[in-house]
This record gives sequence, C-alpha cells and structure tokens, in this order.
Amino acid sequence: MDTTIKNSNLKSEEYFINMGPQHPATHGVLRLLLTIDGEIIKKVEPDLGYIHRSIEKMCERDSYQQIVHLTDRMDYLSSHINNEAVCLTVEKALELEVPERVKVIRTIIGELTRIASHTLWWGVMGMDVGALTTYFYGFRDREMINDIFEETCGARLTMNYNIPGGLMFDIHPNFVKRVKDFIAHFKTKLPEYDTLLSGNVIFQKRTKGVGILTKEDAISFGASGPVGRGSGYSCDVRKHHPYSALDKVKFKEILKTEGDTFARYQVRVEEMWESLSIIEQLIDNIPEGDYKVATNAVIKLPKGEFYQKVETARGELGVYVVSTGTKNPYRVKFRSPGFSNISLLNHITVGGKIGDLVATMATLDIVVPDIDR
Amino acid sequence: MSYFGDIYKGIKTLLTGMSVTGKYFITSRKGAITQQYPDNRDNLKMFDRFRGEVVMPHNENNEHRCTGCQKCELACPNGTIEIIWDRQIDPETGKKKKMIDKHIYHLGMCTMCGLCIEACPTDAIKWAQNFENSVYDRTKLTRVLNKPGSKLMPGVED
Ligand code: SF4
Ligand code: SF4
Repeated sequence: MDTTIKNSNLKSEEYFINMGPQHPATHGVLRLLLTIDGEIIKKVEPDLGYIHRSIEKMCERDSYQQIVHLTDRMDYLSSHINNEAVCLTVEKALELEVPERVKVIRTIIGELTRIASHTLWWGVMGMDVGALTTYFYGFRDREMINDIFEETCGARLTMNYNIPGGLMFDIHPNFVKRVKDFIAHFKTKLPEYDTLLSGNVIFQKRTKGVGILTKEDAISFGASGPVGRGSGYSCDVRKHHPYSALDKVKFKEILKTEGDTFARYQVRVEEMWESLSIIEQLIDNIPEGDYKVATNAVIKLPKGEFYQKVETARGELGVYVVSTGTKNPYRVKFRSPGFSNISLLNHITVGGKIGDLVATMATLDIVVPDIDR
Repeated sequence: MSYFGDIYKGIKTLLTGMSVTGKYFITSRKGAITQQYPDNRDNLKMFDRFRGEVVMPHNENNEHRCTGCQKCELACPNGTIEIIWDRQIDPETGKKKKMIDKHIYHLGMCTMCGLCIEACPTDAIKWAQNFENSVYDRTKLTRVLNKPGSKLMPGVED
C-alpha cells in the first residue's frame, strides 16, 4: 500500500520573524529580519541603527586628543587597538616618530587585547552552540588580562591609554611580571580549549561544513580578520602593512581554506598562540626611553587626507581623516571590520537552519557598536 | 561500523571534555577568581590607577591646588567640568587675580577618559578609586570639587 499522501493540502509557507534587537545570540542590539520556511532560512536582513551614536560626527567637533576616547566605544573589545589606530593616523600626519618604547608597549597591549577578545569570543561561541561551560573558562583567562589593563591603564575595557605622541603614562612597575605570569598561565590553559571544545564531536557536527564562505566571496564582500583568513584570504594587516613594533617580531599568519564555521573557529584559537608568541618576543626587551613625545597642546594636522589601518581582533580597522588645517578634523571615517563582516551574513546562511545561523554568527564575531558607531 | 563508530567517538570526546571539567570539579577552590563582592568590601582594594571619579585633594588647612585656569574644562570632551571663576584681590600682591569659585564636576557624564587630569598644570585634580556611585537621584552626581571656604594653596602658580 502506498502510504505517501498525494495532493496533500498540508503545505508550509514562508513567514517572517524578528530576531533581536534584544536577543542573547545577536551579541548586542542587532535586529535580524528573518524570512523562514519552517526551519530553513530564506533571507536574513540585518537592521542596524539601534546603537548608533554618530561617533564620526562627534569627531568633527572634538580635538584630536579627544577623538581617541570615542573609539573606545566602537569595538569595545579591542579598544586599545582602536585608540592606537587614531594615534597612528595623527602621528603619520604630523610626521611624528614615537619612541621605540611606545611602539613595543603598544604592540604588547594590542596583542593582549586580541587574546582577551578571542577568549571572550571563545566562551561565547561555545555558549551559542550550547556548551555553557566554555563561557566560564574563557572569562577566567580574560580576567587576568583585564587586571593587567586595570593596573597599568586604569580601566578594564575603555582604557584610553594612547594619546597622539605616545602613551598617557608609563607602564606600571608590575606590568612585566604580570604579563609573564599570564603567559605561563595561559600556555597551560590554551590546550584545554581544544580538549574541551574543538575536539568535541557535537561541536564539530554543528560547525563543520556550515556557513561556507569562499575566498572569492570573502574578497568581494570585503571580509577581513579571522573571517577572511578562515576562507584562505591572506588579509592580516599586521603582516602586510606592519605598524608599531610588529615589523620586528616573527609570527605566522593563520590561514585555513575550508571557509566554514569550524575554520573560522580554528583561526581564532590558533591566533591566540601567535599573539602569545609576539608578546613573548617583546616582553623581555622593552626598550628604555620616554613614554611619549611632546606635542602641541592644540594639535593641528596639515591640510590633506590621511589614512591608517590596523588589525583589530575582528579585522581591518581603517581611520580616514580629512583635515583642513584646523584643530578639528573636517571629516573622520572609520572603516570598521564588523560592518563588512555582517554584510556576509545573508550570503552564507541562506538555505541553512536557524540553529546554524546562530553558530555562523558567533564565528563572524560581531560587536554591534562597531557596526553602528 | 559508522553508526556504532559514531556513538563510540561521541562518548569518547565527551569524556575527554569532561576530564577537563572533572579536574576543576575536584580542585575547584584552588585558583578560583570569583570575588565575593560585596562581602569582601572591607579588604577589596582597587588598583592605584583605577579611574573611579575625579576628586580634588585638600590639605589640612582646607587648601587646594586649583588656580581656576580652565584647562581641564577645555580638555574635557563632553562638558563634564564647569569652572566658575571670579577676579578677586590677591592678599599677597594686592592685585586682582583669577580665582576659582566653583569647580563643578558632573560624574554622571564623565567618560573616565583622564584628559582633564593630564591637562591640569598644577596637579590639582586626581583619580579616586571609589566605584560605588549609584544613587537614586541623579542631581547627587553633580559635585562641587572644591570644598566650601577652601583657598588656593600658597605658592601654586600656573
Ligand atoms: S575624565 Fe574625561 S570626561 Fe571625565 S571630566 Fe575628565 S576629561 Fe571630562
Ligand atoms: S583643576 Fe587644574 S586644570 Fe582645572 S581649573 Fe583647576 S588648575 Fe586648572
């Protein structure tokens, strides 16, 4: 007997739901308009603007010293690197050479920031696919870095430690010791990340072959950071356009060719090892010297356009400043990595399941204030 | 093979992961980073550089170091600091001189960027490590940093 129902009246139809703006899996106030058919995703439209603070416009009002602290509030998980980007742009425009000490300290703190960001991401990534334990492990290691920041910079997240011309104050006497303690600690803990999550069969089944991004698409969508490198697109600004002390250190650019969620995951985990090795190469020989060079109290950039890019934990951040020679910029534009990376979301999730959307979004590692600014 | 192989592999990786968590389950007390706030208030010490709020230290004679030069007000990105000043007769020279009347600080607006403290030529203001700032009425967050009746410390010039 044929049991299939013929000419059935049961049919599924497309419908539309909101995910966010208050949804734990969207990591902030991001609203996704999902068109779904059953559990299959037909379309994902990110709706931005819930945390837009017009930072670029505020920059036009502020002096160059004041701009720096606004960038803390963009990608708050790589605040130091954002600050550095603005300072490097201003220093480039003024043709100011900062002391070696400043460069080395900036690089060390920058890499610590990257590790802190990646550990947090790792914890949240596990949580997004249902492994709550990872969250606590990630935060445990990040806590040590936050303590280092708090002791030296005075704040844990929005540090504002850079100023055009150098650093606001010298590193704390405990800094080197604490960083070394952290390296020793983290070297024993990082293998646990693999034991706990990377090797897990459930995790691999949720992530392998999901959300595939080809290299061509990565380039044409402007993907950067671990998202691009997970698809084999060599886009590490630290490698191609080294800034600060990054030209003096040896490190590998992690590239994976699979382009799926698991590849992006592996890139980030392996990047933590590379960041550790960069810090290790620098921490023992921080050169003596001044921690800043004096600038005028009122900084005026020469007339012209200036651009500097850096690699934040999420990818390429570009700072573009147009100056008319006054004490305020005429226009500031930030090319934020999160904005280009979120534009990929529709492309790589269509046809997949809702559960995969969450896992894929976790490896895009978006920070919503960075997208909205 | 593959069906039972999958089950075997699944259980194996599960146990590998649990060996990590199990280790911490047994040694959980050691290396715990949880802070028992607010129970540990008495011995909770913040780092010296921690940015809690901007304060103006006074000495025992109720004297501060602020000359009223307004450099902090200019350095502040968002108008958190307002200086109200006056020209008063300097008792030493007998000439009229710019003197601070009120140094108003809106804690609720402060972004803790530290630019004011960097800008101050006489080190009149500094960071305090207090972080318990929640109040029921936001007007309480507006503070006058120089104490009533306070004077400029003799010998401080900008
Ligand atoms: S810390 Fe920054 S925001 Fe706060 S008062 Fe000083 S300059 Fe203004
Ligand atoms: S606190 Fe310092 S910068 Fe501000 S008005 Fe007083 S002396 Fe000037």
